[in-house]
Amino acid sequence: MARKVPEINSSSQADIAFLLLCFFLMTTSMDVDYGITRRLPPPVEQNDEDVKVKERNVMNVMVNKSDRLLINGRPSDISMLKDLAKDFMTPRPNDETSPEVETKTFDLLGDVLMSKGVISLQNDRGTSYAMYISVQNELARAFNELKEDMAWKKFHKHMDQLNEDQTKAINEAVPVRVSEAEPVVY
Amino acid sequence: MGKFRKEGKKEVPQVSTSSLPDIVYMLIFFFMITTSMRDVELKVKTAMPKATEIQKLERKALVSSIYIGPPRDTKLGTESRIQLDDAFARPSDIADWILKERESRSEADRPFLTTALKVHKETRMGVVTDVKQELRKVGAFRINYTTLKGSALEN
Repeated sequence: MARKVPEINSSSQADIAFLLLCFFLMTTSMDVDYGITRRLPPPVEQNDEDVKVKERNVMNVMVNKSDRLLINGRPSDISMLKDLAKDFMTPRPNDETSPEVETKTFDLLGDVLMSKGVISLQNDRGTSYAMYISVQNELARAFNELKEDMAWKKFHKHMDQLNEDQTKAINEAVPVRVSEAEPVVY
Repeated sequence: MGKFRKEGKKEVPQVSTSSLPDIVYMLIFFFMITTSMRDVELKVKTAMPKATEIQKLERKALVSSIYIGPPRDTKLGTESRIQLDDAFARPSDIADWILKERESRSEADRPFLTTALKVHKETRMGVVTDVKQELRKVGAFRINYTTLKGSALEN
């Protein structure tokens, strides 16, 4: 009579199963949404006066109904928008043609030169949403690069390596100054 | 030439099947978790544009979505429509809907409510502007243009 192979103890099988279950539970991410987060301005009151902004402080970005781009009155291409916006928002104290600058003091950062420039974005009702997102994305990219430059200058670190306070300081020193024009009622 | 050994001499014990239910349960749980249950039935197409400068939408419970796009049912035309919850809506319905969404959240969470705009890429901005104006009126200032990951220049 041959020796019988002893049966494998299966009582721990369930534990292994639960272990695997826990592993998958923690590693699988439910479908996550990503997007460009923006803050809408409060509604305009009827009797609000238009804020006068100096012409040198404004960069006009207009998109027409056939998705063509007009930057400061000149026809342009979306691939140039990021560099133009970044160039516009870079503070230059001694240049009469670029936006005014002011010096503000922040904790952690010290004195920072801030541009008073505003990027004004205006789109037509016929502009496609894809184009609108592209423009928003390119503008966001310009500001993110400015933040990145600032982070490197002040802390010698990339934005994603900064701690919470440092990130907050940089975000305050480089505000996203994009203003969307009120829709025109025809 | 080897001889085939006679079967049955050394009997291999049957594999225990008592753990099979566990494995099945595991699979069930796994699929339950990974399949995202869609809380609304989409009546509009939402092929979203791509962007690179994107942030993760944290705390899904505090996000309410507005879908805008051409209807899936081609009989309804190709003009972009707004979908709130399970039905088509007009821009004037948004204020009430936002108030209802606020009502369903706890007091402490209300200031952090975000409205995600899930908009088809071929939609004209006119509809989106109308929606944004309505959101401003009702004080829902935190918005998120939900996009896919990818270069925005390819849109």
